[in-house]
Amino acid sequence: MTSTFLPDKRSGPDITPPLPVAGAGRERARRRALHWLTAVAFQTPALVLFGTLVLLPMLFALYAAFFRWGGFGMPEDFVGGDNFTRLLQDPVFLGDLWRCLLLVGLSLALQLPFALALAVALNQRIRGRAVYRMLFFAPYILSEAITGVLFSMIFAPDDGLADHVLGAIGLDGVGGQWFADPSTVMATLFLVMSWKYFGFHMMLYLAGLQSIPAELTEAALIDGAGPWQRFRNVTLPLLAPTLRISVFLSVIGAIQLFDLVWVITAGGPDHHSETMAVTMFQYGFKRYQVGYASAISVVMFGICLVFALAYQRFVLRRDLQGATTTMRGGGS
Amino acid sequence: MGDPALSRRGFLAASAAAGLSMTALSACGGDSDGGSSGTTTIEWWNISTTQPAKDVWAALAKQFEAQNPKVKVKIVQLENDAYKSKMTALTASGKLPDIFHTWGGGVLRQQVDAGLVEDLTDRTKDWGEDLLKVARQPYLIDDKAYGIPFDIGMIGFWYNKALFKQAGVAGPPTTWSGFLDAVRKLKAAGITPLALAGKEKWPGMYYWAYLAMRTAGVDALRKAGDAKDFSGDGFVQAGQHLQDLVDLQPFQKGYLGAAYSSPTGQAAAVGNGKAAMELMGQWAPVVEADAGKGLGANLGFFPFPAVDGGKGVITEVFGGGGGHALRKGAPQAAVDFLKFFASAATDITLVKKTGVLPVVPAAESALTDPNIKAVQAQLKGSTGFQLYLDQAYAPALGQEVNDSVAALIAGSKSPQQVAQSITKVAKEEQ
Repeated sequence: MTSTFLPDKRSGPDITPPLPVAGAGRERARRRALHWLTAVAFQTPALVLFGTLVLLPMLFALYAAFFRWGGFGMPEDFVGGDNFTRLLQDPVFLGDLWRCLLLVGLSLALQLPFALALAVALNQRIRGRAVYRMLFFAPYILSEAITGVLFSMIFAPDDGLADHVLGAIGLDGVGGQWFADPSTVMATLFLVMSWKYFGFHMMLYLAGLQSIPAELTEAALIDGAGPWQRFRNVTLPLLAPTLRISVFLSVIGAIQLFDLVWVITAGGPDHHSETMAVTMFQYGFKRYQVGYASAISVVMFGICLVFALAYQRFVLRRDLQGATTTMRGGGS
Repeated sequence: MGDPALSRRGFLAASAAAGLSMTALSACGGDSDGGSSGTTTIEWWNISTTQPAKDVWAALAKQFEAQNPKVKVKIVQLENDAYKSKMTALTASGKLPDIFHTWGGGVLRQQVDAGLVEDLTDRTKDWGEDLLKVARQPYLIDDKAYGIPFDIGMIGFWYNKALFKQAGVAGPPTTWSGFLDAVRKLKAAGITPLALAGKEKWPGMYYWAYLAMRTAGVDALRKAGDAKDFSGDGFVQAGQHLQDLVDLQPFQKGYLGAAYSSPTGQAAAVGNGKAAMELMGQWAPVVEADAGKGLGANLGFFPFPAVDGGKGVITEVFGGGGGHALRKGAPQAAVDFLKFFASAATDITLVKKTGVLPVVPAAESALTDPNIKAVQAQLKGSTGFQLYLDQAYAPALGQEVNDSVAALIAGSKSPQQVAQSITKVAKEEQ
């Protein structure tokens, strides 16, 4: 989404070694040709792959979204924008949007602050902090499918570990139906999501914290700043670029959430944990209404794209100065 | 797991992901007869990729070759889902293998309508009609036979005899009101009456499908599928009967999130004696023993009860099986092979070694398990048949039935709304 496809004339390493001055004009032309040749030779394979495996399917999905199509042969039954109007009247899809917002909100309000707190704590000199870091990061390494199977066992009503633990500490009635109850499924799912991803964000923050010079904190300490003031006025502002990236990844992840939900609940009970990606999968690969499923994926792509562009334009602008998103000449 | 699991997978198949490979398929099979040496090669596409069936079937092909020296059998085995998507592509291309696996129903009808399938009515007349009537049912289209079965099964209630006794339920109920009474008694005795895999939706659909057969009559589901109209009173009543059951809260705790064959799922709940009944196909005992402990001699089977005042009767079954069809213009050797595969000797081998239910009456003696015998008796005495809905209907319609019935069970759709939303999707499908 962020790469520039045209080879950049101005940047890029000049691989030819310095040459004698004689015949400089022809030499320069030759060098430029070589430069272009190199660029083309190195970029063609990647561009061909990107084009056939990413761009073409995307364009095709956009095309298919305007057809009623079962997935075999070519789409022929053109229905205009019907798939999109149907989408906007589909209570399940509207629910998907709401659940997406809910997950984004919960992630930003709970999961990321929790990860930040842990990162700050583990940035102190405490015994065994490497072990803690590793432990907290471990869930992220686990595959989504394994996490899903694991937690559907842990939260199995009555038989699962969660209910056993609650029972053992005398909280018998507290454990509920977890994933099996429409009113608790999203909360339980968010718990699993947080367990899975907080370590990743914690790692990001730790890396960010490492790059904050100790002198600044020291200086603040000498100026009489308390722990909160040091955090608020030194750590947080300097960690801001990392935070912005972490928020970005978290939001995009929530929009595209699929594996965990599919393995644990398949969107149930009664669509109460369905996400856009799950709905898309249901229509595309179970009902074989590929045209409609394409419309869902187009909308998902649109949401991601708008968010990503807006976020980069307005939030990440300073972090990405000089990087790929600034348009040549314009951009400001 | 043995072959019973295949039937379950057969059921699950249409609801399984087809993957991205579906578009990248090319035609093969077809024109393989002839050959200069006078030998005929017939291609046989099947889905017996698991043991013991895989080896048993290969040995049978060898045996056929020994009996017919001028015929070679080329076996192509594909996993269930891969087979389905490949066949869809082959159907579109207009070329099918000589002998191919079929579940009958709507998919077979599509292939027949496209003129791709050999009419076997006359070519198999002298032996085909001896096969179990209910087993031939899925492959009869407009009274013509387009396939020969090798397996048949059905859905019914599997129950725990000990728990029934404990709750004072005299025996298997034969009417829906009797069934609801049994559920009440079980609940009163502190026993979970029914296990249900709510996450997977299709086990819940069985209730609605059977109730529709019992209230609106055995042909109602097929006719409604053809007419694209499920709004009739019978279907609404079926929903209401299911609603009556759901209102008794008969299912295990957390059933809305439960899977079918997982260690905490539906089959395990029955297999471990935590729930008294489940509505499931003939493969249930195997899965119960696999996911849970299994009930052994305490396990019993009874057919889905009749509904008082309904048009259907208790001897009409909801089920399906497996069979073989031939491409249009397949050589005589392919017909000979079908005859060989449906002979009593072959069927006895299949029943004994791969655990399928017999389709040849003479092979019944090979059955030993009392529960499977009970299923067989029910199938043999059946007076009507409805094929599994995922084979009978287009995928979108089948899924909508599953989805709406799941919503009814979860309490978010009324019986009327279920009938309406199924009708809506049926009309959208062309």
